[in-house]
Amino acid sequence: MSKLQIHDVSVVYPGLNGGEQVRALSDINFTIEPGEFVVALGASGCGKTTLLSLMAGFISPTEGYLTLGQSQISGLPRVACGIDLRDKIDGPGKERGVVFQKHALLPWLNVIENTEFGLKLQGIGKKERRERATHFLKLVGLEEFHNHPVYQLSGGMQQRVGIARALTNDPKMLLLDEPLGALDALTREVLQELLLDVWKETQKMMFFITHSVEEALFMASRLIIMSPRPGRITHEFKLDFNERFLECRDARKVKSMPDFIAMREEVLGIIHGDEVVGGLH
Amino acid sequence: MMATKALSPKTAVAQPERNKPVTSKAEPVNKQASPNVIQRIRKLFSAGPVMPGESYGAPGHGKSLAISVVTATSLLLLWYIVTAAGWIGPLFLPSPLAVVARFWEILTEGFAGASLLEHTGWSMLRVFGAFALAMLTAIPIGILMGVNRVGRGLFDPIIEFYRPLPPLAYLPLVIIWLGIGETSKIVLIYMAIFAPMALSARAGVRSVAIEQIHAAYSMGASRWQVIRYIILKNALPEILTGMRIGIGFGWTTLVAAEMVAAQAGLGFMVLNAAEFLVTDVVIMGIIMIGIIAYLFDMLMRYAEKTLVPWKGK
Repeated sequence: MSKLQIHDVSVVYPGLNGGEQVRALSDINFTIEPGEFVVALGASGCGKTTLLSLMAGFISPTEGYLTLGQSQISGLPRVACGIDLRDKIDGPGKERGVVFQKHALLPWLNVIENTEFGLKLQGIGKKERRERATHFLKLVGLEEFHNHPVYQLSGGMQQRVGIARALTNDPKMLLLDEPLGALDALTREVLQELLLDVWKETQKMMFFITHSVEEALFMASRLIIMSPRPGRITHEFKLDFNERFLECRDARKVKSMPDFIAMREEVLGIIHGDEVVGGLH
Repeated sequence: MMATKALSPKTAVAQPERNKPVTSKAEPVNKQASPNVIQRIRKLFSAGPVMPGESYGAPGHGKSLAISVVTATSLLLLWYIVTAAGWIGPLFLPSPLAVVARFWEILTEGFAGASLLEHTGWSMLRVFGAFALAMLTAIPIGILMGVNRVGRGLFDPIIEFYRPLPPLAYLPLVIIWLGIGETSKIVLIYMAIFAPMALSARAGVRSVAIEQIHAAYSMGASRWQVIRYIILKNALPEILTGMRIGIGFGWTTLVAAEMVAAQAGLGFMVLNAAEFLVTDVVIMGIIMIGIIAYLFDMLMRYAEKTLVPWKGK
């Protein structure tokens, strides 16, 4: 199994019109192990999305580099570090599926055509495409909507299609950029449970960004808290609330456990400190 | 049948029986139906059923067709009244009846050495020929300008320079270069259509959401696949809008194109008639151009509805 590694990564955005440079991420060293569900939490502007874009390969680091297994995602090759770059990826690729907050479905395709789009890009025949796409549409509970235009679906259903589409491509890891951020509270909880089920069934690496402390604690097997100016990882927690949910299937029970509540207060304290400092700028 | 008629006089109006004398039933029916007619008229001019959330939503909802029909009818009526009363002389504004009569005359006998069909045919050939040429060139060039910086650098200064020029300004140059034949006419119209069409295609390409491109790349798309499956599809609504704007410019330029050395054409017909002060032919030509352009626009709108049903959603 391959893991995703981030080595000494910094990202500096050049200032606009000769203005001051912005250090979005500073000296990030981080590894996602196979089968891990990593959640990134932090105040606005702490570089969560920049970190995800680096992993996806949409942007390159100013310093450092990222690897997935034996291949390099981006950054300068460091053969000296003992990494054998047999198949260099460089940039985005189908082994890292991305689910966006919104706007990423293709409105001219219906639900099943959106779901199988990745397979179509790879030139896989229609019959196999349909079979694999239908499997994942079933997994997210949308198989009866396969013929619907995506722009007629509710926000929650659209995100289900986005998740099914990413899974159909069978990536090694799933990068989720606030996928539930635009949804109402109830739909959000349903999809949280769905994502945990998907995680358990597929055993894929997950990297999940959120603003919600409760969501972060509930989903993560490892929680990283990031802090702005410059963006960096300040805290890390190993958690098992997601395992507890998968055992007892009762999200409310897990979320009202004393240690869940204690953890929530602790994390809120950390984030709140950042928000207050951030507000003074 | 008899029972139904007795119960509802409205049905009797809708299906008059031939064996009955018209006068005998017309009077009572009118008296009974009058409140009904008022209601119907009010319904015709109402905004239609209010959708939930629209009463305090964005202003401008509701139907407007009946109002448009009344506007058009009133204008025609006003036109008829001012000419029939003799308030405006036929040299300045001939009566609508004279225009219709002239239409019939030209349809059967022709004008200035060509039949109405020939005038219309030549104009349509020029405008739609130029439109087809523009579609074949402007859309690919506009897309190229959107996806390729070299293409943008090459074509942007050319298009942006000539686009605001009135076609009449470069008409002499086109004639000097290409002669007074059919080529120069089509090229003039083509140039008028080209710029808006290319710029729309370019704007359509630039309007794509970055999330869609990123999503495609992370599903393993190549650069070419991103252009083909994401960017071109995204640009389609604006390309169609550009075609609608473009054809409008084409009709606008028609008269200028037919100013020099034309033997037939609606623009030529209008200009020729104006020289001899045959105002009814001028008006008739204008109406002909307007009707053709409007019908084509309806066709384009229909194409938009079927080709890009997701537009604005």
